[in-house]
Amino acid sequence: MQDNFIIRLGATGLSVLQDLGRMGVFLLLALRGFFRTPFRFGELIKQMHFIGAGSFVVIFFTAASTGMVLGLQGYYSLHKFGADGMLGSAVALTLIMEMGPVLTALMVAGRAGSAICAELGIMRISEQIDALDCMAIDPFRYLISPKFLAALITVPLLTVLFDVVGIAGGYIAGVKLMGVNSGSFFEGMRSSVTNHDIRLGVIKSFVFGLLVIWICTGRGYYVHLIRGAGFGAESVSRVTTQAVVLSSISVLVFDYLLTAVLL
Amino acid sequence: MSDTAIEFKGVTKSFDKKNGGRQVILDQVDFKIPRGRTTVIAGGSGQGKSVTLKLILGLMQPDEGQILVNGEGVAGIRGLALERLRTRFGVLFQGAALFDSLSVFENVALPLRERTAKREGEIREQVMGTLAELELVGHEDKFPAQLSGGMRKRVGLARALQLKPEIMLFDEPTTGLDPVMTREIYQLFARTQEQLGYTSVIVSHDIPKVFNLADQVIVLNQGQMDVFASPEAIQWSDEPHIRRFVGTTMGDIYQSRMVEGEGSIKKNEQGQQI
Repeated sequence: MQDNFIIRLGATGLSVLQDLGRMGVFLLLALRGFFRTPFRFGELIKQMHFIGAGSFVVIFFTAASTGMVLGLQGYYSLHKFGADGMLGSAVALTLIMEMGPVLTALMVAGRAGSAICAELGIMRISEQIDALDCMAIDPFRYLISPKFLAALITVPLLTVLFDVVGIAGGYIAGVKLMGVNSGSFFEGMRSSVTNHDIRLGVIKSFVFGLLVIWICTGRGYYVHLIRGAGFGAESVSRVTTQAVVLSSISVLVFDYLLTAVLL
Repeated sequence: MSDTAIEFKGVTKSFDKKNGGRQVILDQVDFKIPRGRTTVIAGGSGQGKSVTLKLILGLMQPDEGQILVNGEGVAGIRGLALERLRTRFGVLFQGAALFDSLSVFENVALPLRERTAKREGEIREQVMGTLAELELVGHEDKFPAQLSGGMRKRVGLARALQLKPEIMLFDEPTTGLDPVMTREIYQLFARTQEQLGYTSVIVSHDIPKVFNLADQVIVLNQGQMDVFASPEAIQWSDEPHIRRFVGTTMGDIYQSRMVEGEGSIKKNEQGQQI
């Protein structure tokens, strides 16, 4: 019984290590694909449209609601101390440094990451990726790299959009609904938000975009090698769920790490 | 150039079993596939037919032994050398492996667009020529999901032939097709091989129909391979496991011929071999 436990523990440990190694090599091959010719610009645009423009609505509404809630909550807390004028600063800093990058990455993972993972998983189990290999077409250049680059470009842009819409939401809730002075809202924001804060937000969004696309494409691409995922359609559904959960957790963990290192 | 297209020398391949231990699929296997001819690899399910194809293509690596394509070792090669090797092959997958988000035309044009510097006009001309040969004109704008099984196989064949392969590998090409379509597909293979002169390797359990195409038959059994110079040779083998294999796959016709011809197989009243 104890032997069995030790064997299982060892096997799990080995498979985790194998998985990490495989994902590391996957990342290198995906980045190498940027430099292999012919690069698929058409596919890059298509993926940017899918990940970026396709996520516009969900990002817009998430940002508007987050900003408005922040405006209301911020007003409620600050008003107690007579610090209504700090509302602009509180809303903007929270959005730019934390909520914007994190929520954008989570939304992209849920909307585009899951779809990309499932698409690659189905391509793998229906031998379409093997077919690319057999035609001597590098699957990384053909399939993975355009998705990577599209995510690296669009996730920071979506984050900026999230920040702008969120601040507008905070303005509507705080100034238009709760009556905070418009001038003090913007002045608070102008005096407290520094370039460093904006840079931190952009770096975070870039790292989160990489994490989400790396995990979602990697899990889908290697669906047939993932221990305990099962076979066929079931394996694709399990791995897609796993990819979204794993990328969401990674975003949250890296959010803390990056804040701790860069703040 | 030698007469051998592909050669396996002492190849062993095994996999981890789910409940521990290893399952040996190929055990010290040796065989040669002659150039420009058709070799059929036959055997029951799980005997390693598809594994053999994947080893030839470098999609899997052998545990031991050497695999030679045109005299060059392929085990362990990577990168550009592997890409160069693969351009010699055309593969028709069991499920055709068409890209389901691309139309028939785009599927067939894919290897030309990605692997050659041909202009769009030339690509269109070549693809439409192949589609006409395989009676697929009028279907070029359809998507794979809108095609029948036989049509999907033909599109897969059209795509595999675009880069003029030296060696065509067919993985269970008639699975899921009705007898008429099966015959048509085999006729198509024979016709395209005659035109292009490629070496053909067909992995199939479609016995005995596929034997009509075969110049050489390889039977996989329990990790071993038995090579027969012709489909006739397999039918008259004295090996018990081959007799059993042929008996189950070719049925009573073969058995009664054995009884009449050789008198070496006894049958019970129900006509089953005893």
